[in-house]
Amino acid sequence: MTVSIRIQAEAFDVAAETAALTEGRADIGAVVAFTGLCRDEGGRLTALELEHYPGMAEAEIAHIAAQAQDRWPLLGLTIIHRFGKVLPGDPIVLVLAASSHRRAAFEAADFLMDYLKTRAPFWKREHLKDGTAGEWVEAKDLDDEAAQRWL
Amino acid sequence: MKLVYFAWVRERVGRTDEDVELPDGIETVADLVRWLKSRGEEYEYAFENEAVVRAAIDHVHAKPEAAIAGAREIAFFPPMTGG
Repeated sequence: MTVSIRIQAEAFDVAAETAALTEGRADIGAVVAFTGLCRDEGGRLTALELEHYPGMAEAEIAHIAAQAQDRWPLLGLTIIHRFGKVLPGDPIVLVLAASSHRRAAFEAADFLMDYLKTRAPFWKREHLKDGTAGEWVEAKDLDDEAAQRWL
Repeated sequence: MKLVYFAWVRERVGRTDEDVELPDGIETVADLVRWLKSRGEEYEYAFENEAVVRAAIDHVHAKPEAAIAGAREIAFFPPMTGG
């Protein structure tokens, strides 16, 4: 079981990360990739700024990854979350879940995203087109409800 | 004990972190919040809606009733909005 967790400012390449996860492996039959991107919210935003809690971010994501491994027969996991300023169209988060069969990979990726959004210590702030720093993004009840599904 | 703040909690308190000497009787996260609110209007503002602000003890999510004895670092922050 390969688990790679990275918190970084730089962008990432989904194809390269997928190749790194599956290289030399003949047992993986399914890789599900989820990429979260920065939206411009209908042209309103020039960027999102992501603040995080160094140390806890890594620890909490490792804890979430361990829960996913307990629940599904996974063969590999890659989780990358960016911090700092990201532009509309840029990637923010990547989850790769590998398993022998697709169902476990789909479900684990879905679970990981629900838990990342509600438990990993990251906060988004909007930067507006008029040049001002906008509001902190508010947490959505829908995200909490999505995470509750797995209890 | 070190306290750290993030996002709008950090902005309202006006600092990223601080070291504090706690008086006797501060046993839980909720006690700590109550004590912080007595220290000034910036804390009063940051914790005006106590149910919204989240806490972590030594990098682990903690509820208001969690005991803080032995903690090295306690963090306060808004609900997470990553992903």
